[in-house]
Amino acid sequence: MNKKPHNPLFHVSKRDNLRWYQAWAIRGGAVIIALLLCALITTMVTGENPLAVYAAIWRGSFGSPRKIWVLLQNVAMLLCVSLAVTPAFRMRCWNLGAEGQALVGGLAAAACMICLRDSLPNWAIILCMIIFSALAGAVWGGIPALFKAKWNTNETLFTLMMNYVAIQLVAYFCVVWESPKGSGQIGIINPNTQLGWFPTIGSYKYLLNVLIVAVICVLMYIYLNYSKHGYEIAVVGESERTARYVGIKVGKVIVRTMLLSGAICGIAGLLLVGSTNHTLTPNIVEGRGFTAVMVSWLAKFNPIWMILTSFLLVFLGRGAGEIATKFSLNQSYGDILTGIILFFIIGSEFFINYKINFRHSAGKED
Amino acid sequence: MFDFISFIPRAIMQGTPLLLGSTGETLTEKSGNLNLGIPGIMYVGAISGVIGSFYYEQAAGAAMNNAIAVLIPVVCCLLGSLLMGLLYCFLTVTLRANQNVTGLALTTFGVGFGNFFGGSLIKLSGAKVPSIILTATSNAFRKTLPFASSAGSFGKLFLSYGFLAYLAVIIALVASYILKRTRTGLHLRAVGESPTTADAAGINVTRYKYAATCIGSMIAGLGGLYYVMDYAAGIWSNDAFGDRGWLAIALVIFTVWRPNVGVLASFLFGGLYILHMYIPSGMNLAVKELYKMIPYVVTIVVLVISSMRNKRENQPPASLGLAYFREER
Repeated sequence: MNKKPHNPLFHVSKRDNLRWYQAWAIRGGAVIIALLLCALITTMVTGENPLAVYAAIWRGSFGSPRKIWVLLQNVAMLLCVSLAVTPAFRMRCWNLGAEGQALVGGLAAAACMICLRDSLPNWAIILCMIIFSALAGAVWGGIPALFKAKWNTNETLFTLMMNYVAIQLVAYFCVVWESPKGSGQIGIINPNTQLGWFPTIGSYKYLLNVLIVAVICVLMYIYLNYSKHGYEIAVVGESERTARYVGIKVGKVIVRTMLLSGAICGIAGLLLVGSTNHTLTPNIVEGRGFTAVMVSWLAKFNPIWMILTSFLLVFLGRGAGEIATKFSLNQSYGDILTGIILFFIIGSEFFINYKINFRHSAGKED
Repeated sequence: MFDFISFIPRAIMQGTPLLLGSTGETLTEKSGNLNLGIPGIMYVGAISGVIGSFYYEQAAGAAMNNAIAVLIPVVCCLLGSLLMGLLYCFLTVTLRANQNVTGLALTTFGVGFGNFFGGSLIKLSGAKVPSIILTATSNAFRKTLPFASSAGSFGKLFLSYGFLAYLAVIIALVASYILKRTRTGLHLRAVGESPTTADAAGINVTRYKYAATCIGSMIAGLGGLYYVMDYAAGIWSNDAFGDRGWLAIALVIFTVWRPNVGVLASFLFGGLYILHMYIPSGMNLAVKELYKMIPYVVTIVVLVISSMRNKRENQPPASLGLAYFREER
């Protein structure tokens, strides 16, 4: 038996002295490697020149003024949902239900547009839409929070299940409100009167959304970093016991934060229905509730960095979509590329949080 | 009268993918890994099997051998889901990444992977309908036990399933036995409850996490394969698998981390999943959509009740979702 002490090639230790630009350099490097790999795979699949692949990615987002607006709109919506889930995440409360919360927000908005169109003036309808969307989202987020606060029910799965309840609820109302009859779809709501449609600023259809989300972003940054509530969230997230010890009512913070989280998700749904699509379908949120988890986490729960990460994910997603269209691949190809890029970014966090120390001397001693 | 004789077999067939998925996820969670990538892994398992059998059917033509027709998809499926499991482990165990985020990314990737290759194969086969039809392979998978058709309703209830359904039950029972009664299971549970303690006791935490997660992924992948080959009669169409992967994860909680409970629970879930087809609702299509809510609402109720009762043996593994780093204090 070889009794020589085991001397590993390297060992891993934690590091906490990394500057922010070094951390972002590592993340940037990961994205670049991921892009190289994606181009390689695309070249293998399609036989195209890799440069043409990159050009397609670029064109997917910046190819025309319309595409730029669509890009901005998508970034704004993703950012809005990401901002919504962030306070909960800071508290280590994994709210995977943003999808459902946004959906019921949209449902409430659509309900106002449909049920109140004969009885109220336009401004009152829009006011009702805003109130009820936020309320609906808050309720949807608040239910799991109540149970978590009272009985420590697992919020990850509770919120996940609430998504499907919301989807079926919307599917139900899609049939109830179907127009034309028998189509099973709502179609454009109030196409002639445009009641409940949000005003457009000038000729820019999506500008209002972008502005609203920008305001929410700044407010969220201030709320999380400079308010008492934000501080309480941070303490609960770090250690529930400490929070209890210093007199923070943990249950109250959890419920309050999830109500806020849900309400902002509801606003996201409102913007999707009232301002962007003017209709409601069960998949109107397009999985943003899940993508938002990654956006928020990649930005280390910092609202300002989230602008960058949500831009990155939307940019890559649209680029991948463009590749799929241009080289006549299936649209799901975009998901594969997004997945690969995410794996690299997720993996790169390791090199930010940990340091690998190689044993230089180990070889010489033998 | 409610038609139980036709309802129960369909519920069991619907429940089998859920059973495999939840057994796999239970093993994974017992090691402290909350793998939210299970939906993606089940997609990859299914499509890997489909790819394998697609090429085998093309190559063999009429001279297909049933044993090989079954073996090739199963091996492909296991390989595909193993790779996904390894990827998850590498990111969460070796690189200690956040498990929720990694799992969600894995699901995005897996579903995309499935739909992309599914779509490409559909193009290759030049079919007019947007699906791949592997009837011959499916027939091999769906071979029922003898006497199934001659034994009346007994045969229909107990003997009429393909071998993967029986295998799913066996895997669940074996997994349950291993977790509860063997030293390996004890070590695995220790890793999930407190990796620090397990490490101090000389258990190789990393090895257990890798092994449990990879085996769990392979079992879950078989669930995807069962869905395509048996339940869907060998027809792959994109997005047909739906949200069953998430239901499988919910089932883990429903069964309070016990695969043997999962056998009945998943069949119950399967029943709930198709209940909307059996409840007479007349021409009112809208109500059907509400009935589809039932499995999710039931899961929520169970989740709440199990957390209210707060019994110690019904709690999730204590370190579920946390990465283990030996030098962290």
